[in-house]
Amino acid sequence: MSTPKTPTTKKASGFSRRGFLQSTSAAGAGVALLEQDALAQSGKAMGPGEVPVTLNINGKEMKTSVEPRWTLLDTMRNKLDLTGAKRVCDRGTCGACTVITNGRVVYSCTMLAVDAQGKKIETIESLTAGSKPHPIVPAFVEHDAQQCGYCTPGFVMASKGFLDRNPSPTYDQVKAGLGGNLCRCGTYVGIRQAVLTAAKNLKA
Amino acid sequence: MPEYKWPPMEKRRVVGKRISRLDGIAKSSGKAKYPSDLNRPGTLFGVILTSPHAHAKVKSIDLAAAKAMKGVADIRVVAPAGTEIQWAGAEIAYIAAETEPIARDAMRAIKVDYEVMPHLVREDDLAKAGPRAKAAGEQVTGDPDKAFREADVTVEGSYGIPVLTHCCLEGHGQVVEWKGDKIEYFPSTQNVSGIGGDLARSLSVPVNSVNVKMDYMGGGFGAKFPSDIWGRESALMSKTAGGKPVKLFLDRAQELTIAGVRPSAYAKVKVSAKKDGTITGWQSDSWATGGVGGGGMAPIPYVFTSIPNKRMNHTAVSTNTGGARAWRAPNHPQASFITCAALEDLAAKLKMDPTELFDKNLGYTARADVYRKQIAKAKEMIEWSQHWHQRGEKHKISLVAGSSHLRRGLGMGIATWGGAGHASECRVNVHPDGVVEIEIGSQDIGTGTRTAIAMVVAEMLGLSHTEVKVKLGENIYPPSGASGGSTTIGGVSSSSLKAAANALEKLMEAVAGSLGTTADQLEAVDSTIRVKGNPSKQISWKAACQKLGVKSISETGKNDPKNPGGLNTQGVGGIQMADVTVDIETGVVKVNKIIAVQDCGLVVNPKTAESQVYGAMIMSVCGALMEERIMDEMTGRVMNADMEFYKLAGISDIGEMQVHMDISPEHDKRGVIGLGEPCAIGGVAAIANAVANAIGVRVPTLPVTPDKVLAALYGDKLGRQSLA
Ligand code: FES
Ligand code: FES
Repeated sequence: MSTPKTPTTKKASGFSRRGFLQSTSAAGAGVALLEQDALAQSGKAMGPGEVPVTLNINGKEMKTSVEPRWTLLDTMRNKLDLTGAKRVCDRGTCGACTVITNGRVVYSCTMLAVDAQGKKIETIESLTAGSKPHPIVPAFVEHDAQQCGYCTPGFVMASKGFLDRNPSPTYDQVKAGLGGNLCRCGTYVGIRQAVLTAAKNLKA
Repeated sequence: MPEYKWPPMEKRRVVGKRISRLDGIAKSSGKAKYPSDLNRPGTLFGVILTSPHAHAKVKSIDLAAAKAMKGVADIRVVAPAGTEIQWAGAEIAYIAAETEPIARDAMRAIKVDYEVMPHLVREDDLAKAGPRAKAAGEQVTGDPDKAFREADVTVEGSYGIPVLTHCCLEGHGQVVEWKGDKIEYFPSTQNVSGIGGDLARSLSVPVNSVNVKMDYMGGGFGAKFPSDIWGRESALMSKTAGGKPVKLFLDRAQELTIAGVRPSAYAKVKVSAKKDGTITGWQSDSWATGGVGGGGMAPIPYVFTSIPNKRMNHTAVSTNTGGARAWRAPNHPQASFITCAALEDLAAKLKMDPTELFDKNLGYTARADVYRKQIAKAKEMIEWSQHWHQRGEKHKISLVAGSSHLRRGLGMGIATWGGAGHASECRVNVHPDGVVEIEIGSQDIGTGTRTAIAMVVAEMLGLSHTEVKVKLGENIYPPSGASGGSTTIGGVSSSSLKAAANALEKLMEAVAGSLGTTADQLEAVDSTIRVKGNPSKQISWKAACQKLGVKSISETGKNDPKNPGGLNTQGVGGIQMADVTVDIETGVVKVNKIIAVQDCGLVVNPKTAESQVYGAMIMSVCGALMEERIMDEMTGRVMNADMEFYKLAGISDIGEMQVHMDISPEHDKRGVIGLGEPCAIGGVAAIANAVANAIGVRVPTLPVTPDKVLAALYGDKLGRQSLA
């Protein structure tokens, strides 16, 4: 389990996509500006044109090149074929693109790839990389916490981030803790149960 | 020919069991590949330039700067100079480039001159619609004037429900690759068997030149049947680019602006009744928009269709807004809300319990007995008799303990739907190595179709559902209908049952000799083929299949909607009830609980069926309390084409939910009936009525937002003194 980092408030990167970058925690801890460590990296990333980036994703160093304006989400999806994270609102509202960076739950559509360098990025793909899937995955299946499934990887990652911090949540904490994700098919009833079951199974 | 029928309820081993969906792990681990996830080598990215004006003429388009940009592959103008644009968001040009940001740069570099024309984008005030409003003619039954003259009581009310958007989380779009005379087409669609032909026709190429493939799709709700202009244009851009794949998915703003909406419904309603609650007359003046084509009348009075004296007038309002598409149970949620709100207002005036008023008038419905039982069950589930109170009554139970500003209320809503199975064909293959697969040109839009098909085949063959490989999502398979109108489960379950029965008969013929009997004496149970009444005489499934030698069995099955043979049928009812608490100081409505009682015939998989009902109830919370497409009359644009301000419920907004599926021999014997629509109808009315019951006044239009609650309570005189 990773230790949550206290958000630090630093000046945002000059490559910010929308004038601000928002990272959120599954516990709804609010808005924090980007951390300093990515800035050192992004200093090299002068566009226009593609620049090389190195991303530490699921324990592997992955190299590609993108324009500095590319989000982490688009880089994963279009360059690295990591398509579990989905692009839905592309504006930090829906959580479909959720990943965990340095133990914090973030919307990968609100983080630039150049700024994600140097961070430990966990994506949905990491949960089935081992011999057994992470307990959250089967819990979502058991409680049928999915219909079309397009929001599901984001919910699963938000749930992981939430359970990393709150290993023994109450039902009400689950409801508050997953408020940063949206589902159109309406799978919340199953998700609430899935997260509670996963919490139980994680301890077993 | 084998006899096609569902095994008796008590003998079923797979169908009717709560089974987790087969693709569950793929979906929740991110491995499921949706069309928008495909990364084919050499992909070009497409974007659309759209009109910022709601009504305008294109004067000129200058592509020079855009064309000169590095990385731009193709630009196609679809609204050349002279085109009259009818809504903001209408497509002007399509651009394909090496990356999406480059395509967007090019899009911004296109210069378009417009001659802006006057527009109408709002329909809530009919008086402002002028010549854009077209009366659809009057429908009269009986003598409504006499009914109103002789009534003991009459109520009048105005009700409205705005335009909603589907807001599919995976936007509309596709990857498409046109190489030589073949088009590989990967759309996000509800219509795998039909969409290839649709694209082919738009390109004037033979239908069989289009290969459709789709394993998963991220939500449709009725908006994803056609191949659309973006399908055609992406194909043409791929052709120009020598067959490179073009990937184009609408961005969020486009998805909420041009990918389809649900029409609005507004109505002024008058209802008359006798003192005992018997309804005698109905009159409605309704209007609606669904874009430039106007909007049809929601079927009011809803469910209570046989009210003897009726007069209905409807006006279609043409607005300069993105066009309507089918939306889960087209026009039914609107009709249910308008009707149930008017009836609840009538009950309040009569000081009657609305469930009694509904009950009293069930003779006007097509299935009084079903509704009567459902209302009783629903009341029990929501504890109606403990919590219901007269509207506006300062009864102690309407006050939430310890807080004078919180009011609690209950409400109900009613639903009906058809749900017969669509035309469906499929093929079941049984291979000598024991592998069973079913090929069907259907799709799983999230309802669990894949799993249900496997369950049906497994049931018929005496196997486990995990032993059946379901191949769907391609138009090379036998054609099966589009997933709309709750027609899929009836269609695919019937065709798979027949194909499986046919295949089994062939297998039994092949093994009967070795068991010393004839095929009609055999049964398939627990992965064996055995002699009826003599289970010790058996052969394992695998061994039986080996007897096929080198030749697989390949048998088809077909559901003909005109002759479903009792395997599927139609016509269901549903009741939903809601329990809400309203803060009369802030106007905030909190859902405490919603319950649904739904019949849907034979239920193939109660687990995924319940999920659909939960989802529909959650959609009802969105529709009743949050969702609304907001048009700006000044600019003519959608003001909330994003997910911050186009509000959907989150996980904490929905209260507790309970579903009761009417699973009983009585319903089961009717065969399979579709479920997706009927459960998505009554919840909106239930919530709106619960609010009226809680606060004592009607909030006339949805969504019931805090400002409207306060306005309904206090009019202009907002202030604490009026709470007394
Ligand atoms: S796509 Fe990133 S939050 Fe919606
Ligand atoms: S399962 Fe379809 S959006 Fe959540």
